[in-house]
Amino acid sequence: MTPPATGNQARHRIRAPSGGLSVRRIGAMVLRHLYVLRGSWPRVLELAYWPTVQMVIWGFLTVFLATNSSWVANAFGILLSAVLLWDVLFRGQLGFSISFLEEMWSRNMGNLFVSPLRPIEHVLSMMAMSLIRTLIGVTPAALLAIPLYHYSVFTLGLPLVAFFANLLVMGWAIGLFVTALILRYGLGAENLAWFVVFLLAPVSAVYYPVTVLPDWLQYVAWALPSTNVFEGMRAVLMHGDFRPGLLANAVLLNGLYLGLGALAYLYSFRVARQRGLLLQVGE
Amino acid sequence: MPKPVIQVASLTKRFGSLTAVDGVSFAVPAGATVGLLGGNGAGKTTTISMLLGLLLPTAGTITVLGEDMLRHRHRVLPRMNFSSPYVDLPHRLSVRENLTVYAHLYGVRDSRRRIARMAEDLDIGRLLNQRTGSLSAGQKTRVALAKALLNEPEVLLLDEPTASLDPDTADWIRGYLETYRDRTGAAILLASHNMAEVERLCSDVLMMRQGRIVDRGPPMDLIRRYGRTNLEEVFLDIARNRKGAAGGGRSPAFEEASE
Repeated sequence: MTPPATGNQARHRIRAPSGGLSVRRIGAMVLRHLYVLRGSWPRVLELAYWPTVQMVIWGFLTVFLATNSSWVANAFGILLSAVLLWDVLFRGQLGFSISFLEEMWSRNMGNLFVSPLRPIEHVLSMMAMSLIRTLIGVTPAALLAIPLYHYSVFTLGLPLVAFFANLLVMGWAIGLFVTALILRYGLGAENLAWFVVFLLAPVSAVYYPVTVLPDWLQYVAWALPSTNVFEGMRAVLMHGDFRPGLLANAVLLNGLYLGLGALAYLYSFRVARQRGLLLQVGE
Repeated sequence: MPKPVIQVASLTKRFGSLTAVDGVSFAVPAGATVGLLGGNGAGKTTTISMLLGLLLPTAGTITVLGEDMLRHRHRVLPRMNFSSPYVDLPHRLSVRENLTVYAHLYGVRDSRRRIARMAEDLDIGRLLNQRTGSLSAGQKTRVALAKALLNEPEVLLLDEPTASLDPDTADWIRGYLETYRDRTGAAILLASHNMAEVERLCSDVLMMRQGRIVDRGPPMDLIRRYGRTNLEEVFLDIARNRKGAAGGGRSPAFEEASE
């Protein structure tokens, strides 16, 4: 070991503190999670595993139904597209929440929040990681569907980008609520990250039209961005009709829920600072 | 006299009916190491957490490097750092990866060279490519210290910096911190249960009990006033409320900074 250098020999400088958001700090947090993925191929495999397995099972079921159902035969790909897009929502939310949980599992919150990292930068880094994890998860499944079923979800064209973006943003909104609860109640609320999205599946009209639901439940369903996305997806696939109204609804609802989620997160962060929860987190 | 870089006034923290820190006031001048001593539950960690902004005070003010920490902590945080055995770095990342991430977070220029320098200084070069989770407690403490010094902080808050270190390494670390403080003029606030460490490093000591500062002064002055031979005996007197000391004995710099 050597003593600290004196004078100018080892004098270094830190960059001038930025007043607002720092892309460098957001990048540092993304880098932190990419290091985790790079160092663990089972984690990368796990990301792609379930979407691919789901797609394979539902794909063969669709092939079977297509030969026995004129409805499915007329719109081959509805189920496959629904499976893949549903995974965008699930992986988007999980990717966001897991990035947060990683810090709690490793008891790193105390170090992070005494660094210059701002809560909003932390949130933006989790969104970036959610996008990366989702792309790693669903891209192999989407590509595998092409040789297996001669169906490409990419034939949806530009609407696919809109559907993907809206489901991802909805995942972030849910992720913000989940992390707010984990901040407030600790790792006891961890399981929410794994199952909360599935509470919304029945009313998101993923695999069936929203009209299948009882009238009163349809009001609940239309209040979800996901329902608007999946109805929009079916309109494109069955009638070749892109419905901007549904997209506008999804965007507005996402804006509302993302805003509420951000408020919930910031409120929980403040409560955590009032109660000293940031130093108590961990297993 | 050195200007105080940490100024705390009437700092109070209540958790419901429990008052963890009760109207604490002190200051730390530049280039000084001030020790925060007290038994378990005395309020040391709560005080440090409030200084860092991890915990919001119920009342009082905290000024660090001239900035109000409650309103503008992000202006100051790049110039501060912290190390505690109760906070970890991500276990799955290598030491180098962890230091790289934190160098970016703190905006350290030429982070590779800085990490190499810290690795050499703290003898963690051979650990750089190891997973942080695989290190021994002593190795983790040295890595945590490297993280805490990455940005060459002007204000350094250390919670038991030599915990889990063997006597030889602990002694070396103390010497390193002394040299660092003298070279950079950094202010160091140190919470420790190692009285020999506090006697060696600290120019002044704050003795805490039940959330209050019950005595303060240079270690040798406290020892003299309590009629003891070392700081550990003074600590026991205060912790067990055995007897008080007459008069005050703060060092001139500490006296001025605390006012």
